[in-house]
Amino acid sequence: MSTHESTHQHAHGSGVYVKTLAALLLLTLITVAASYIDFGSGNVVIALLIASMKASLVALFFMHVYYSTRLTKMIVASGLFWLILLLFIKIGRAHV
Amino acid sequence: MEQQADTSKIGMWLFLVTEILLFGGLFVGFGMMQARYPQEFLEAHEHLQRPLGSLNTVVLLISSFTMVMGVLSAQRNDKKKLVMYLIFTIICACIFLGVKYFEYSHKFEEHLLPPRWYHAQPGDTVRDAAGNVSPGYGTFFAFYFMMTGLHGFHILVGIILLAWLAIRAHRGEFSSKYYTPVDLVGLYWHLVDLIWIYLFPLYYLIK
Repeated sequence: MSTHESTHQHAHGSGVYVKTLAALLLLTLITVAASYIDFGSGNVVIALLIASMKASLVALFFMHVYYSTRLTKMIVASGLFWLILLLFIKIGRAHV
Repeated sequence: MEQQADTSKIGMWLFLVTEILLFGGLFVGFGMMQARYPQEFLEAHEHLQRPLGSLNTVVLLISSFTMVMGVLSAQRNDKKKLVMYLIFTIICACIFLGVKYFEYSHKFEEHLLPPRWYHAQPGDTVRDAAGNVSPGYGTFFAFYFMMTGLHGFHILVGIILLAWLAIRAHRGEFSSKYYTPVDLVGLYWHLVDLIWIYLFPLYYLIK
């Protein structure tokens, strides 16, 4: 019971959130700008990479996963695991 | 109380995982159709208005920020700021839906719709011998409406939840000792933002 930090005890201020928003807006700018350049087959990879970075920022800091209990982290990780499994099955089938 | 708050959050996370798989499945469907009709999807996606999509992305990111600032205000027992941030979040959500309304109107006018109602566009190159366009174009828009529509519905539900929170907050039902509903709706709201973070590049940006 004692090893977790509950959100009640957050000492941080709004700084983390402001910085996270700034990073998110910057990444959005980058991904839109990059969409005007043709990287060939790299387009999808780059766009998804940037999207995943944004998603991580939202999850870690806005959703407080960074500060969360291990159980919460495991649940998030398991969700991601199933999602990745789903995607791999799709990629496997695409060449059928 | 703390244990109850933590448990509620875990419950919400479990629900969010189901939502991730729901949209994940739709994304996979989209991916498979894109692999089947690459040229059609490429041409069809040109009809999407990138500036509007970008604006919506920014609006949702800001709404996630105001949401988490609301949670922070609750933690700090600042009722006025909590209500203010909840209202800002609702405003952002409404702007998002407003932009979507414009986008949808445009699609309907141009008949950029699922295959049954789709009208061939000048730029459509994939046709059969008779000049009929391939079903791939309509398929793109079928997925577009399905996924952005489902996402938009989630935004609408979010607005209702946020309004409920704002009313409760205004009545003084939340404090630094108890703000679990704010936390939970916040998690839901961030998920809605997360889904858009992937929807936007896949539909609007990728060539």
